[in-house]
Amino acid sequence: MRMGIFLLKRLGYSIFVLFGLSILVFIIARIMPGDPARLALGPRAPEWAVQRVRESMYLDKPLYAQYAYWLRDFVRGDFGESLFTRREVAQDIKEFLPATIELALFSGVIMAFFGILLGSISARYSNTWVDNVVRVGSYVGVCTPSFVFAVFFMLVFGYVLHILPSIGRLSAGVTKPPVITGMIVFDGLITGNFHAVGDTLWHLIMPGVALALGGMSQEARITRSAMSDNLQKDYIAAERAQGIPERVINLRYLLKPSLIPTVSILGLDFAALLANAFIVELIFNWPGMSRYGINAMLRKDLNAIIAVIMVMGIVFIIMNIIVDIVVTFLDPRIRLGAERSK
Amino acid sequence: MTQNSQPTFWSRKREGFGRGWYKFSRNPLSIVGLSLILLIAFLAAFAPFVTPYPKHAGVFVNFAEASQSPSLKYLFGTDVFGRDILSRIFFGFRFSLLMGVVVLVLVVPPGVILGLVAGYFKGSWIDTVIMRITDIFLAVPPLILALAICSVLTPNIFNAMLAVSLMWWPWYTRLVYGLASSLRNEFFVEAAELTGAGRLHILFKEILPNCVSPIFTKMSLDMGWVILIGATLSFVGLGVQPPKPGLGTMVADGRIYMPDQWWITVFPALAIMFVVLGFNLLGDGLRDLFAVEEV
Amino acid sequence: MMSEPLLTIKNLHVGFDIYGGHLKVLDGVNFTAGKGEKVGLVGETGCGKTTTMKAVMRILPIPPARVRDGEIGYKGKDLLRVNLKRTRGVKGKGISMIFQDPTAALNPVFTVGRQLMDVVKYSTGDDRSGDKIRDRAISALKDVAMPDPERILSNYPIQLSGGMRQRICIAMALVTGSELLIADEPTTSLDVTIQDQVLRLLGNLVEEKGNSTVLITHSLGIVREWTDRVYVMYAGNMVEASPTKELFSKPLHPYTQGLMKAVPKLTGEGIAEGVTGRIPNYLTPPPGCRFHPRCPHVIPICEQERPPFFDVGDAHQVACYLYKE
Repeated sequence: MRMGIFLLKRLGYSIFVLFGLSILVFIIARIMPGDPARLALGPRAPEWAVQRVRESMYLDKPLYAQYAYWLRDFVRGDFGESLFTRREVAQDIKEFLPATIELALFSGVIMAFFGILLGSISARYSNTWVDNVVRVGSYVGVCTPSFVFAVFFMLVFGYVLHILPSIGRLSAGVTKPPVITGMIVFDGLITGNFHAVGDTLWHLIMPGVALALGGMSQEARITRSAMSDNLQKDYIAAERAQGIPERVINLRYLLKPSLIPTVSILGLDFAALLANAFIVELIFNWPGMSRYGINAMLRKDLNAIIAVIMVMGIVFIIMNIIVDIVVTFLDPRIRLGAERSK
Repeated sequence: MTQNSQPTFWSRKREGFGRGWYKFSRNPLSIVGLSLILLIAFLAAFAPFVTPYPKHAGVFVNFAEASQSPSLKYLFGTDVFGRDILSRIFFGFRFSLLMGVVVLVLVVPPGVILGLVAGYFKGSWIDTVIMRITDIFLAVPPLILALAICSVLTPNIFNAMLAVSLMWWPWYTRLVYGLASSLRNEFFVEAAELTGAGRLHILFKEILPNCVSPIFTKMSLDMGWVILIGATLSFVGLGVQPPKPGLGTMVADGRIYMPDQWWITVFPALAIMFVVLGFNLLGDGLRDLFAVEEV
Repeated sequence: MMSEPLLTIKNLHVGFDIYGGHLKVLDGVNFTAGKGEKVGLVGETGCGKTTTMKAVMRILPIPPARVRDGEIGYKGKDLLRVNLKRTRGVKGKGISMIFQDPTAALNPVFTVGRQLMDVVKYSTGDDRSGDKIRDRAISALKDVAMPDPERILSNYPIQLSGGMRQRICIAMALVTGSELLIADEPTTSLDVTIQDQVLRLLGNLVEEKGNSTVLITHSLGIVREWTDRVYVMYAGNMVEASPTKELFSKPLHPYTQGLMKAVPKLTGEGIAEGVTGRIPNYLTPPPGCRFHPRCPHVIPICEQERPPFFDVGDAHQVACYLYKE
């Protein structure tokens, strides 16, 4: 029951934050010099067309009124019309969001799994060449921007070695499975279209790994340092002294406390992943919401910009809540409060 | 009373600095980081004098020597306009370092002050207002909002700096808030309050000095991250505009000529990596240094 | 008089490699604990008591620690030379240890039950069913007088008091069925009111089960009440070994004498004195007898050669040239 109350409080707070975010984003979108309607339609469009767009965006009304209209529409799911695709932004997002989530999940899993694995191996073989390789590698991984990895991968695996596809999500000629979740991997598995699943996974590798490397390096470093620290702790020595086998200690008694800082960082790293997706999707022409978003930003498609950021905000908040819940499960000290007696 | 026999404020500072340097220099990686940064700073500052082809950084064309692979004449090769990549990278460091410095200068004072105020008045409405606003700015990753801001303004490096600054200050507020709100329960603060010290004095003379180490560490690491974001912004065309030699811009420029003329992209990308690496090593060294001192 | 020896440490040299050089901590330690004996190990903080026992338990952090010489005999095997995997049996069934800080000795993210039951499972070796393991855990908790043991099993260490945590550690040490129990200052981190309680409990259990015990402490009072025999340790050497009563009535080593003087007497004679000076620097320890710089009775040979144990009467040994026959 405590978990329920905690969740409720977080949700309430999150709504407040989203509200504030919407104001912030709205202000950003409206401070742009120039006339958004004119910019969207171009200098040669007739005045009446521009006026119509202006009215549809309530641009002639005062700012707070514009915001009120926008908020009313947004809550109803009406994100306005994209000035470029000419479709409802909500529809665009619905179409593109699953691809981003698919990519993000793929990257996230790689990031977490391999990050923790490498960190554990590094800690286990502390101060040997394995450790040094991982440490140097992960340092470089942290310092290199995702787009650099993306460009390199494209160069090496896409052009030079020709083994991975550089563009898009599905090769031409492969049928897309019917949309259930929107994520091809899942839809394909559910409907038995394994060809599509394989093809998508193949396409996912380069963008996914490019996105994952930064966070993976970070996870590896933190896991390694947490494990190194915890190895010195008395309770590990005590467990050894009590005769618990090394294998059990490593897989259970050392791993769990070491995961706590790692998982806490996972949230931030996943956020960075979502942010970098904007660039990586662009590079690989992955048809996701992030690509849609950055194109909207480059073309000053205001309705789309606002909507994309809000959706990002929601995704990010949900993810943070999940991370907090997981950490609370891992570390009972948080759950039970500081019930400290001597 | 016996003022002259007491160590003065500055002599203590000098001694502390000496001890600090000794500890810092024990870790070879920190020295590597520091050297790297000093090298880059030197190259950036004296770029017109140390680059082999200073004119290539601006508008320059020489199609005769365009698209040359790395050679003795052009160590990192030339791009499609015949510009020497090496020289442009040196000038590119200028933009990177400028970005880092400007953003931090803009961000740290207000961020720190807000954090101090919020932390000291923890529990009051001041705290609530400041920290809620901070949370709102931190609701999405900074890159996304920075992209958005840059996109609605004219794309150039100054607007990029502005955009990143607007997104960056909350991190310092959060950091200092955590420090200040625990420090304010310490005895020395209570003592100062009891002796009637004014709020300003407490904030700046009692609490702030104890926050300096983490702030410095963060600043050093942040230089790297800000430069990284700046490069990312330039890469998508929202930062340093061509023909100026921003590092991210150069990576983007060269992308269409991959894989044949790989050097146009690869070397600027490596340059970005080394800059960030340097600041990270430096920041880690500072963090280790300060951590030990606190024990 | 001394019962059959169970643990024999001979000439143990342990050092630590640190950044500035090498710390020569244990400088030829000799120690024996017999079956069913309660042996005390007394010394100042930093004299190497815990290091010695950690060496016995094979839980020294190697590196930076290094065992440079010596042997540790237990039940006919040299623990230092036995394959670590085979010492599994020794750790579990042979020797167990109670640590100084019970909070640090318990894994904070697992329940008490999980940890205790794992100890039961892996120390007995035979495959018991889950229920039997649980029952064994509960009975172990009852042995240490824990109230409501079933509820305790599902608690996390943070939910319990310091005294309870230490009792759980004692339970974990005893449930392994080991013959030798090493208690490293088991009551130091507890409240004074609990200290007595826990010590008494430990004493009763040891009497009941007939374990040999090595009690490490810096408190002479506890030693006097609790042990059969005592070793006094200084700066990585054993300096005196004697049956407890005799140590207190006739302390022979100058260091021991100094220790005794440092404890104020109830009869109120005079003020407690300390021992002048400090423990030596292990990087550059003094040559010969490590105590000689502080010794009021120092003679020339003390600065040259480390004194071995000299026998003085019944099971009483002193490492001091003053008593060379």
